[in-house]
Amino acid sequence: MALSKLSSSSSLSTNILKPLTNSFFLHRPISTDTTPLTIETSVPFTSHQCEAPSRSVETTPKELLSFFRQMATMRRMEIAADSLYKAKLVRGFCHLYDGQEAVAIGMEAGITKKDSIITAYRDHCTFLGRGGTLLEVFSELMGRKDGCSHGKGGSMHFYKKDSGFYGGHGIVGAQIPLGCGLAFAQKYSKDETVTFALYGDGAANQGQLFEALNIAALWDLPAILVCENNHYGMGTAEWRAAKSPSYYKRGDYVPGLKVDGMDALAVKQACKFAKEHALKNGPMILEMDTYRYHGHSMSDPGSTYRTRDEISGVRQERDPIERIRKLILAHDLATEKELKDIEKEVRKEVDDAIAKAKESPMPEPSELFTNVYVKGYGVETAASAVGCGWTWSEKLNNRKSDGGMTGDVCYRIYTIDSYKAVRYLQTSWQLAMCSAPNGGPPLFLSLIFRLFYCHVAQLIKSHADKRHRLIVVSLPASQATFKL
Amino acid sequence: MVLLLAVNMVTRAGFSLKQLKMWGIIRQKVAAGGGSPVARIRPVVSNLRNYSSAVKQMMVREALNSALDEEMSADPKVFLMGEEVGEYQGAYKISKGLLEKYGPERVLDTPITEAGFTGIGVGAAYYGLKPVVEFMTFNFSMQAIDHIINSAAKSNYMSSGQISVPIVFRGPNGAAAGVGAQHSHCYAAWYASVPGLKVLSPYSSEDARGLLKAAIRDPDPVVFLENELLYGESFPVSAEVLDSSFCLPIGKAKIEREGKDVTITAFSKIVGLSLKAAEILAKEGISAEVINLRSIRPLDRSTINASVRKTNRLVTVEEGFPQHGVGAEICASVIEESFSYLDAPVERIAGADVPMPYAANLERMAVPQVEDIVRAAKRACYRSVPMAAAA
Repeated sequence: MALSKLSSSSSLSTNILKPLTNSFFLHRPISTDTTPLTIETSVPFTSHQCEAPSRSVETTPKELLSFFRQMATMRRMEIAADSLYKAKLVRGFCHLYDGQEAVAIGMEAGITKKDSIITAYRDHCTFLGRGGTLLEVFSELMGRKDGCSHGKGGSMHFYKKDSGFYGGHGIVGAQIPLGCGLAFAQKYSKDETVTFALYGDGAANQGQLFEALNIAALWDLPAILVCENNHYGMGTAEWRAAKSPSYYKRGDYVPGLKVDGMDALAVKQACKFAKEHALKNGPMILEMDTYRYHGHSMSDPGSTYRTRDEISGVRQERDPIERIRKLILAHDLATEKELKDIEKEVRKEVDDAIAKAKESPMPEPSELFTNVYVKGYGVETAASAVGCGWTWSEKLNNRKSDGGMTGDVCYRIYTIDSYKAVRYLQTSWQLAMCSAPNGGPPLFLSLIFRLFYCHVAQLIKSHADKRHRLIVVSLPASQATFKL
Repeated sequence: MVLLLAVNMVTRAGFSLKQLKMWGIIRQKVAAGGGSPVARIRPVVSNLRNYSSAVKQMMVREALNSALDEEMSADPKVFLMGEEVGEYQGAYKISKGLLEKYGPERVLDTPITEAGFTGIGVGAAYYGLKPVVEFMTFNFSMQAIDHIINSAAKSNYMSSGQISVPIVFRGPNGAAAGVGAQHSHCYAAWYASVPGLKVLSPYSSEDARGLLKAAIRDPDPVVFLENELLYGESFPVSAEVLDSSFCLPIGKAKIEREGKDVTITAFSKIVGLSLKAAEILAKEGISAEVINLRSIRPLDRSTINASVRKTNRLVTVEEGFPQHGVGAEICASVIEESFSYLDAPVERIAGADVPMPYAANLERMAVPQVEDIVRAAKRACYRSVPMAAAA
C-alpha cells in the first residue's frame, strides 16, 4: 500500500523505491545499522565520453538516516537564515541553498574530508557538510566573532581549510580555476585526493572555466567540475544564457555525466565514480540537475522569472528530503514519528544555535587591521599615536618561525609617528655624544641625555627579537620635546 | 673619556657600532675635524662601512635566475609557471636552465590563458604550495587581475587568517622600447593600492636577488615588478649578495645616494636615471639624495619622510601615469607628515598622461628623462628654470 502510493507520486521512475534486498522484518536500532542496502537512482545517468556508472547505489540505513538528518538541518538553517535576513540581522548578500541539499550531502557521502571542495557564494550548506557548525554559520552571517571567518567574511566567504573546504567565492566563475589549482597542488603533493569545483549554470559560460579545464585536461589534474544546474542564473533561464544547455557535454574532450541532483544517492554514486575517474584519467564534469526554492538571493523574490506553480511542482515531486523520507519509510528503517522527532530536534538545534550566535560579540575594533598580511611589515595604523608614555604599537602576527630562513629582517608595526621616534633617538644620541651643531650642552646635561638614551635602548632591547634590526617605538607627538 | 663612557653604555645596551652606523645615527662628518671626540673613532667606524669587498658584476637577468634557482632548490614547494618559462627558457631568459634542472613538474609551460593559469596558481597557493606565476608582461596581468586581487590579496583577510596565499606574481612592468601603448603600461600604482598585496620593484641586481628571494619566502601574495630594459644591465654585487641566504627586507627603501639639498624618490629603471641626474646636479652644486623605493607596498614612509625632513625638498619620479600614481601617494604622505619641513612644493615627474606612442621622438617625450629630473630638482631648489610644457 505504501509502495503503490509512493510509486504513483514519483513522476520520474517507477523503480525508485523497489528494494533489491528485503529488510522488512529486521528493525534494529537505526542510527548504528550498517547492513548494506542497494537502492536504484531515480533516473539512469547520462554520460558523455565515458561509461555511466551503475544505477544501483550501495547504502546503509545509517547513511540514509544521516542524509535525512543533515538535509533537514540544512533546510531548517536556510529557512532560519531567511528570517534573520528579514529581521535585518544578516546584511548584504544571502544566497540560500534550500532545494539543493542533496548535492552537498551526496557529495560528502562519496568522498572524504581529505578531498577538497570549492564553491561560489551559495555556500552555507556546503560548509555545513564539510563539518562546519550551525553556530559558526549563524555567527558569520550576523558578523560576529564566533563566525567561521570571525565576522570578517560574511555569507559568501565561509572557509574550513582543515576539512578541505576552500570557500566561499563572490566572483562568478573564479572558483573554477582555483579549484583546478587545488587539484594541481594535490597532484603535485601526491596526495591521491581530488578537488570538486562547484559552479552554477550561470557560471558555466565563463571563459576562465574553459581556460582552466583546458589546462586541467592537458596536465591530467584530479579536478571534477560540478555544475549545480538550478536552471536559472540569477533571473536568466538557462535557455536564454547558453546556446547549449547540456553542461555536462560542454567539456568536449572532457568526459561528463548528468545526474539527478535532487537524489542524494545518485549524487553520491556520481561523485564516487568521478573521484575514481579523476585520479586515473584527469578532469571530469558532473552536471547536477537541481533546483533552488528561494530566489537567487534575498533581494530576489524568485517568482518574476518563473511561476509559483513550477516552484511548488518541484517541491512536491522532486524534493530531496521527501525522497529520503519516503525511502526510509518504504524500507521501514524508521517510523513517521521518529522522523518527525528528528525534524523537531533539528529545529531546536537551529534555534539554539541562533540564540547562541546572537549572544556572540562583534569583532574587536582592532580586528579591522589584522590578517591583512600573514607576515606584517608595518601595516600603518591610520589612528593617531596611542596613549601616553611609552607604548608599543599593536603588532600583527609576529611569526617566530618562517622555515628557518636566515638573513630575514622584519620590522615591527609602526605608527605614523615612527620617524619622529627615530629622530628622537637620533637627537638624544647626538646630545649624549656632545656632537650637537651648537656645540653641545654642558656635561651634566649630556649625562642625563645619555642615561635617558640608554633607558630607551634598554627598553628596546628587552623587547627586541633576535631577528629584528630596528624596533620603532610609537610616541605621542607631545612628548617629542627635544629640539636641535 | 666621555666617548668611552658612551661607547660602553651603548655596547651594554646591545647595539654594535655597526648597527648604529647602519641606522645613520652616527653622523659621518665629511670634513676631518680634530676637535670633536667622535672624530677619534672615525677611522674605526669608517672601516665598518665597507664590509663588502668583492666586486663581481652580475646582470639583473642572472640575479633573478639565480634567485629562482636557489629558492626552488631550497623549498620543494616552490614551482614556476607561465608562458614560455620552460622549453623556451623564458621569454626574457629569466628562467633559463630551470626546466632542465627541476623538470616539467616544477617548471610549467602554460597556454596563453592568464585568467586560467593565474587562478590555478592561486588555488595551488591556497593548498599550501608556493607558486611563482610569470606574466610575460604585466600588461597581460589585467586578464587575470581578478584572481590577483579578489582571489589572492583579499583571502587572508576574508578568511580571518585561515587561507594564506604565498604566491609571487612576477614579470616585466612598464615601458620597454617601441612596444606601443598596450605593452607599456606601468602597474605599480594599480597593485599598490590594494591592501593584502605586497608590491616590490627592484632596480639593481642586488635588489633583484634580495627582493625576489624575500618575495618567494614571504607567506603573502607579492607582485614583483621587474623591468625589461634592466634585464641586460650589470651591477656590482658583493659576496654577501651572492650568498644563498641573502634576503632584503620588504617595506624598506634604500638610500642609493646621500645628499642634503633635495630628495629624489624613484623605483626600477628610473633609479638609474635619478642617479645620473644627481651626478649632473652635483656639478651644479645641488646635493641630491636618491631613494630607491624597492617596495611600493608597503611604502617606506619613514625613510622618505626622514629624508625630506633632512633636505626639505622632494622630487618624486616614476614611469607610470601621473594621476593617482606612486608619486601622488608619496606627495600626500609627505604633506601629511612633514608639511612644515617642506621649503618648496613637491615636484612630481611621471610618464606623460597619454597612451604610449610608438614614434621614437614621441616615446622619448612620454617617458621621464634625466633632463626632466634635473629640471624638476632645480625647480624644487628654486633655481629659475622654466616649467616643462604640460599636455
